[in-house]
Amino acid sequence: MSGDPVAVRFEHVWKSFGSLTVLRDVSFEVPAGAGFCILGRSGTGKSVTVKQMIGLIQPDRGRILIGGEDIVGLDAEGLARVRMRMGFLFQYSALFDSLTVGENVAFPLRRHSRFGEDEIRERVRGKLERVGLAGIEEKLPSEISGGMRKRVGLARALALEPPLLLADEPSSGLDPVTAREIDELLLDLKLKEGTTLVVVTHNIPSARRIGDELALLHQGRLLARGTPAELEQSEHEMVREFMKAEGGV
Amino acid sequence: MAGIVSRIALGLAWLGDVATFGLRAIREALRPPFEGFEIVRQVYEVGWRSLPLIAAAGFAVGAVMSMHTRSSLKRFGAEALIPAGLALALIKETGPLVTGLLFSGRVGAGIGAELGAMRVNEQIDALESLAVNSFKYLVVTRVCACVLALPLLTTIMNFTGILGGFVAETVISGMSLGLYWDRAFSMVDFTDYVPATLKTAVFGFIIGTVSAYLGYNTTGGSAGVGQASTRSVVYASILVITSNVVLVKAIFFLFPGAGG
Repeated sequence: MSGDPVAVRFEHVWKSFGSLTVLRDVSFEVPAGAGFCILGRSGTGKSVTVKQMIGLIQPDRGRILIGGEDIVGLDAEGLARVRMRMGFLFQYSALFDSLTVGENVAFPLRRHSRFGEDEIRERVRGKLERVGLAGIEEKLPSEISGGMRKRVGLARALALEPPLLLADEPSSGLDPVTAREIDELLLDLKLKEGTTLVVVTHNIPSARRIGDELALLHQGRLLARGTPAELEQSEHEMVREFMKAEGGV
Repeated sequence: MAGIVSRIALGLAWLGDVATFGLRAIREALRPPFEGFEIVRQVYEVGWRSLPLIAAAGFAVGAVMSMHTRSSLKRFGAEALIPAGLALALIKETGPLVTGLLFSGRVGAGIGAELGAMRVNEQIDALESLAVNSFKYLVVTRVCACVLALPLLTTIMNFTGILGGFVAETVISGMSLGLYWDRAFSMVDFTDYVPATLKTAVFGFIIGTVSAYLGYNTTGGSAGVGQASTRSVVYASILVITSNVVLVKAIFFLFPGAGG
């Protein structure tokens, strides 16, 4: 992004909700083109971390740089500009249920591109084909399965071909085969198109496939960070246990 | 006593939040980019789709009012005034208020539930993630649609109400449509129709703002969506009825002829 070798940088980020401190002095960076997985038990601040990257939640303290630009405190126009360079895959897809699948994928193109309707239709068809769902443009989100919704969410997130993709629990609620297919799609994006991936998950096999680097959050702190092999050999027993407990080894 | 004071304080704080939300909607409505296409779509959703309800209700209200007016005026031998009395009552007060209340029931509940569901299903976050100003796209468009649609619906309520009154009257007395129409509008003035109908634009703003506020700020999953929908109807209806008192007084002040 913007030629910056670092796609995402967190610097001493703190976040509390009322008296509950969710993130405590969290710092890390994600190199451009890498796959970075954020792991941790439920309620450890994984989703908060990734939502802060796209400005849906503001930190109390610290800096968050996307492609070198600090997004903390940016106004709506500034945030919109940064968000155009990012895609976000939501845990439950968050498709617009009043729009068809095709309209969902076309939505960002209609809002932010100058393509004509024919070009948009062609691109929608291409994106859906890319996620293995050609020909379902006219269906409503309520008419397709959870795995298909996830893929449509991915197609929508990729509609503007962003160099950075954030994914919140992309395999949660899916059967192992579908979860693996989603992983393959994400991996394909990283390898073939150089898309930077930041993936929140507690699925260790999935993290191993996608992640060049993993980070483990525990009680709001970044407990460990490294390659899957490094985390397996971590000095923290908890990290080693986590990697084993989730079927990682 | 302390409990009552604290509840009043909470109520006032809530009203302050809603007012701030409404002022933000006005501010953002005046700033480009404008969501013209989405406003038109919302006018269709909240206006056109409310038409059958408003027309049917107007017809029934007009017929019933005509029957009541007849039984009252008959005592004074003033049956000839039935069309004018009905038209004045409908245009000046009954039409705007009944339309406002029906609209808050149908549209207020719908906006509260729709935005509430979008909030809990992360669709509002999804809009933001796609670099779309969700407030402008969802809230401003719906508030504008309510402001534009309600005066039009009120006019239709008035028209179908007078038509309902005619049907009730002609069944009893055999009065012709031409005569009924002439008598109905013989005493209706410009200042009877315009301020009372424009008043409903304020009702539309209140209904749109309250329901959008409750939906947009929904928390608590599907239970929260249900609450947002119910509260949208209740709070919007109460505010429409109470604001009506102030608006009628303001109309009398600004248009002295309307009080006659």
